[in-house]
Amino acid sequence: MKMQYLKNVVTLRLDPLHCGGCGRCVEVCPHGVFKIEEKKAFLAARDACMECGACARNCPVDAIFVKNGMGCAVGILNAKLGRTSSCCGESQACCCSTQPEEK
Amino acid sequence: MSDASGKSYTRGQDEAGHIQTVSTRWSWRDTLGACAVRWCVRRRTYTVVPGLYAVGTPTPESPLLVSANYKLSFDHLRRALEGLSAWIVVLNTDGINVWCAAGKGTFGTEELVTRLEAVSAAKHMSHRTVVVPQLGAPGVAAHEVRRRSGFQVVYGPVYAKDLPAFLRAGLQATPQMRRVGFSLRERLAVTPVEGVQRLLPALIILTLFVASAGLGRHGYRDLLEQWPWITLAVGSNFVTGLVLVPALLPGLPGRAFAMKGAAAGVLLGLALAWFWPFGHAAALSVGVLSVGACSFLGLMFTGCTPYTSASGVRSELRWALPLQGALMLVGLAGWLVSRFI
Repeated sequence: MKMQYLKNVVTLRLDPLHCGGCGRCVEVCPHGVFKIEEKKAFLAARDACMECGACARNCPVDAIFVKNGMGCAVGILNAKLGRTSSCCGESQACCCSTQPEEK
Repeated sequence: MSDASGKSYTRGQDEAGHIQTVSTRWSWRDTLGACAVRWCVRRRTYTVVPGLYAVGTPTPESPLLVSANYKLSFDHLRRALEGLSAWIVVLNTDGINVWCAAGKGTFGTEELVTRLEAVSAAKHMSHRTVVVPQLGAPGVAAHEVRRRSGFQVVYGPVYAKDLPAFLRAGLQATPQMRRVGFSLRERLAVTPVEGVQRLLPALIILTLFVASAGLGRHGYRDLLEQWPWITLAVGSNFVTGLVLVPALLPGLPGRAFAMKGAAAGVLLGLALAWFWPFGHAAALSVGVLSVGACSFLGLMFTGCTPYTSASGVRSELRWALPLQGALMLVGLAGWLVSRFI
């Protein structure tokens, strides 16, 4: 079953002028956001993006921009509260743990 | 090459350069360990020593796969390789799974390049291709790995179970193998961990509500009479937020998780309010509190999903938190007032 999150919120941008059509973004995206047509990538399903940043990291010509972060309410709230002891933080990722590091 | 006589994979490559061969079968210890970490037991120390491992009887032509040093990640990988021969290079991700470590950057270009160098991967392989799990891509820049190590990165399938097909096809993934799913089983996989972590707050909340039941005119008598119902209310909210919302996720209305949680909360709240035997005001308060609580727990579940974006969660938090706070305040006020009428 396909689940969809909010519409029109993600920071993902693609610059078609710089795109060389290598297809890495299609390869790494776990949500099928990108497609290639006539040797250029385009955003076929922008709203499916979860901002993991894999495409931008692997684009050899820096044609993709996304402000990556984890879509985790606990992590975002922890970051806002300035809690760094917790493993969840806005720019960090730890999908399913809200536990502080064990010493 | 040493044999898999050791039960736990804690050696990797020893000083003499022997590479440990690992089994593709799980022992009872592996199964027990996997169960334990799902319940938060020993989760932070469930690790494998980083290094190079062998599966089957690999030759220099055999594929080179990458994993994290969270033992559950490593165990899923080796179990998927039944009947195959391959090399596995385990990166040091501080015992965190591939996906989370890639987000943090510990499963990343730097660690991959230095680890390939440290295990002398180039000496063991005749080829220069390394298969990195696709969910590791947020941390790894394939073109930089190539430039720095000479190894060409090919991203493997999202799920380890698709690896045999991927390898047979000559390192080709079908579009289906590239997509991350969120099946019922996956949605409930983190429920025990979440449950364990939220148990203490839930017990504190329960205690406070039971204690507050004794505030009214009949004090202690009310408390004795109502505590089973209060336990039922808190418990059913806990179960709804942690089990039902994840389980019913695709069927719940709306896209926002606060909305989905609230929808479940409305159903639960109506049921609780309908049967609540201690007055209308208290019944209504319990209903309102349930909507707020389930909505909040729904929002908290965003961190357990593989499809919510940070921008989306931030936008949800902006409108949902004030609303949930308002519901809680109204519900609490009603609850306290109902003690005295």
